[in-house]
Amino acid sequence: MTRARALKSLMIAFAVFGFLCLAPGAPTSVAQSTIDVPLEDVTKEHRAKALFKILRCLVCQNQSIDDSNADLARDLRVLVRQRIAAGDSDEQAVGYIVDRYGDWVLLEPPFKRATLILWLGPLAILILAVGGIALRFRRRTVEVPVAPVPLDADESRRLAELLDDTDTKDGPG
Amino acid sequence: MRLGYAIPVVVFFALAVALYVGLGLKPRDIPSALIDKPVPTFDLAAVKGRDMGLKTADLNNGEVALVNVFASWCGPCRVEHPLWMDVQAAGKVPLHGINYKDDPDNAAKWLDRFGDPYTRTGADRNGRVGIDWGVYGVPETFVIDRQGRIRYKHVGVMTRDILDGRILPLVRQLQEQKQ
Amino acid sequence: MIAEVGHFALVLALVLAIVQSTLPIIGAHRNIAPWIAVARPAAFGQFTFIAIAFAALTYAFIVSDFSVATVARNSHSAKPLIYKISGVWGNHEGSMLLWILILSLFGAAVALFGNNLPPRLRARVLSVQGMIGIGFLLFVLLTSNPFERLANPPVDGNGLNPLLQDFGLAVHPPFLYLGYVGFSMAFSFAIAALLEGRVDPAWARWVRPWTLAAWCFLTVGIALGSWWAYYELGWGGWWFWDPVENASFMPWLLGTALLHSAIVVEKRDTLKAWTILLAILTFSLSLLGTFIVRSGVLTSVHAFATDPERGVFILAFLAFTVGGSLLLFAWRGPSLKGGGLFAPVSREGALVLNNLLLTTACATVLLGTLYPLFLDALTGEKVSVGPPFFNSTFVPLMVPLLVAVAIGPMMAWKRGDLAGAIGRMKFGFFAAAAIAFVTWYQTTDGPVLAVFGMAVGVWLVAGSIIEWAGRIKLFSINPADSWRRLRGLPRAAHGMALAHIGVGLVVMGITGVQSWTVENARVMRPGETISIGNYDLTFKNAGTIQGPNYSALRGIFDVSIDGDHVTTMAPETRSYPTSTMTTTEAAIRPTIVGDLYAVIGEPDGKGGYATRFYVKPLVHWIWFGAFVMVIGGLISLSDRRHRVGAPARRTANKTLAEASA
Repeated sequence: MTRARALKSLMIAFAVFGFLCLAPGAPTSVAQSTIDVPLEDVTKEHRAKALFKILRCLVCQNQSIDDSNADLARDLRVLVRQRIAAGDSDEQAVGYIVDRYGDWVLLEPPFKRATLILWLGPLAILILAVGGIALRFRRRTVEVPVAPVPLDADESRRLAELLDDTDTKDGPG
Repeated sequence: MRLGYAIPVVVFFALAVALYVGLGLKPRDIPSALIDKPVPTFDLAAVKGRDMGLKTADLNNGEVALVNVFASWCGPCRVEHPLWMDVQAAGKVPLHGINYKDDPDNAAKWLDRFGDPYTRTGADRNGRVGIDWGVYGVPETFVIDRQGRIRYKHVGVMTRDILDGRILPLVRQLQEQKQ
Repeated sequence: MIAEVGHFALVLALVLAIVQSTLPIIGAHRNIAPWIAVARPAAFGQFTFIAIAFAALTYAFIVSDFSVATVARNSHSAKPLIYKISGVWGNHEGSMLLWILILSLFGAAVALFGNNLPPRLRARVLSVQGMIGIGFLLFVLLTSNPFERLANPPVDGNGLNPLLQDFGLAVHPPFLYLGYVGFSMAFSFAIAALLEGRVDPAWARWVRPWTLAAWCFLTVGIALGSWWAYYELGWGGWWFWDPVENASFMPWLLGTALLHSAIVVEKRDTLKAWTILLAILTFSLSLLGTFIVRSGVLTSVHAFATDPERGVFILAFLAFTVGGSLLLFAWRGPSLKGGGLFAPVSREGALVLNNLLLTTACATVLLGTLYPLFLDALTGEKVSVGPPFFNSTFVPLMVPLLVAVAIGPMMAWKRGDLAGAIGRMKFGFFAAAAIAFVTWYQTTDGPVLAVFGMAVGVWLVAGSIIEWAGRIKLFSINPADSWRRLRGLPRAAHGMALAHIGVGLVVMGITGVQSWTVENARVMRPGETISIGNYDLTFKNAGTIQGPNYSALRGIFDVSIDGDHVTTMAPETRSYPTSTMTTTEAAIRPTIVGDLYAVIGEPDGKGGYATRFYVKPLVHWIWFGAFVMVIGGLISLSDRRHRVGAPARRTANKTLAEASA
């Protein structure tokens, strides 16, 4: 595998025809799949577009097939459109691709045993954190405040002065 | 509550262990979704200049076989090509090729020039059959058992180590299994 | 020769870093004044040597010295000068050098400007900075040396990646690093405080300006990256929840929490453990980000050299730094006793809520980013966690936070009047409801949430204005008095209002572009017209043009609204001879209410061309809002209380004076 030195720059082109270690992109003289053109039926095209956004471009780095110029992304767009046009439901069209490429091709991880922690995690963390804070609050109010030593005349006067000042000075940090 | 202060460090070390393991993994290698499933239904004409095409029936005829996805525009395919010539010469297992998204003339010239290790070839001009096989790049190599099921997929260039260490032993094992 | 000078300078810097990390911290512990005094000159010296090294590398790039491996890999004699210079940090080795340059710069800044810090605290802070410096200098010298020579230098370099020759992109890393490394200051301060065993309001006042500066830089860096993606990548995306984007966003989230938490420490002498932990974790996330980008552990468009060996080194460094600091926290944290008590409904309470939600959001992003790795490591199974996951988990966490942001500042310390604050927000509520109604009425498409999003944005803007107006008693006393109050307000008050307004603008921008973007994609032939939004675009012609180092397919489109010609747009697809890549140069017509975005693609061989057009409402509000946030931050930074700083603690000085007497 050639080390990705040539591509070792800050941004690798989204417009690149997703280069893996596997192969460079096909030259444009190759027989191309049909140029991906929107479907005539607007509703179906909308559905197809929505599906593009959740299918991963397998040869790119972390993009959907909607966001990529790679050959495979284009082929998959054409394929999804064909299946939708042929009458597949959204689940069937996506399922067709998942059957061939596995769950990895879904940008939204499916909700199954392996991803339970992922999907329930945020809520769990929130609940734990809120619980932790609530506990601390409970504990703090239990602390008995020490009875303060009464102020002498001087200190009382200073206190009064300071209290007057804080009214106008109250502000954020 | 003192224990609470230790939570961050514990979580962190668990994370560090996971990251360490992660360094040894290969995130770009996607396992095939078709392992243990039957070969997809397809029927491809041969690459130009050859006369034996490739279809599903050729792969579930009781023989263990290798299927290699290749293209003339694919650099690593050129690199692994000598290995396939060796496989053909050894004659222990039939090797078939799917020519992926290639120009017929270029493919023919490539095979004529460098040698044709394939018993049968299929020209997948638009890549649709490749999608059915779950192909996402070239080269890829599949091991098919006697019943026409995909048992193993190798993504990327084939090396002698993997061929001798993984592929051929699996082929032998599958060949020993009867119907 | 110059490269060798640079190399040697790095080694000297390492030596100084070792000195800086050991003598001052032991001196502070044992009260040995000369050792404490070593910190300042060591920090200056380290910065000087690293600056020399950086200058040497820059020189090598400028003169195109291809005998230096990094230059050969990443530069080219044909590159314009400005991109040769930005090429210095456009690669792994050079960017690490930039990292440590900024690290030593901050150290030197503390040495220079930290005269109001007690010497022992400053010594400890500089020692910790020095320790971080040792780690990175070792990493650079041992695994990522930018000054490696090639035995057979090539005639010309390899690095003419066209995508990098872009101003926005060239400038984005330095800002990011200023942010990441800036948070190292808060980290060092936190460690120093843990070592001293004491966190007091004075500490918080010292930490705030550094953290605020880092936060401003990071905000700029992230916004620049997002804006660049929008105009460069050809379909108007601006955030992808890519692992490396997340790696920059997580420190930002925690850094925001840290900023706000430090306020509570300063004002009320409480939430100390939280603030220290946030300071440690924010920088830890910066380090984790470095690890993710450079180790190949996750797939990302941004990933640098994917070298597991380097990954092991960074991981070891991470384990030592973060693990060590968290251990210190576990040990010393409990002794940080808090001062002020406060009711749950109070400004402190609101800030606790702020911390809570930001931290949970950050943990969510971390979970989603690393989950594919965890699952692969545990079971070998591969899943993708993409935008759908983040959108459905992150957004619900942010909404309550955003609603609270408007109300929080209106609550008093210790015990807040929630009913009163909500009462003050009456006008804000009406404004939000009005916008919601207008939005719902005007827009035909888009999710219901869009209405809600706009309402939240308006709520934020209105709330900030109401709070600010309340402080100067606008409209309830005569304008001259209001003006006087305004002049007397600490700058941080203006800064805060502006920053929160900025957040509101960002929310509205995001809502607009995510909900109401219209797309029209078609194959067009010259002469044809297409409609999108209010616009009609007529395709005049397409042709090939030559640029300085590329050739491009350019399409010309006449844009009109209701028949009146408005502008001409000329999107391109560029091919560069030195690489197989093509770049799309979208044509963008920005207006306040939204952008018209045009892309031209491939010819179909029959005289037509693939084209895509978008109308993206309010999209520029996203980066404009970020800009407003940063202005707010800068105004806060200029608050003279930060410059004057807290008075030095007399007990510390006295002890020192006694010790050295």
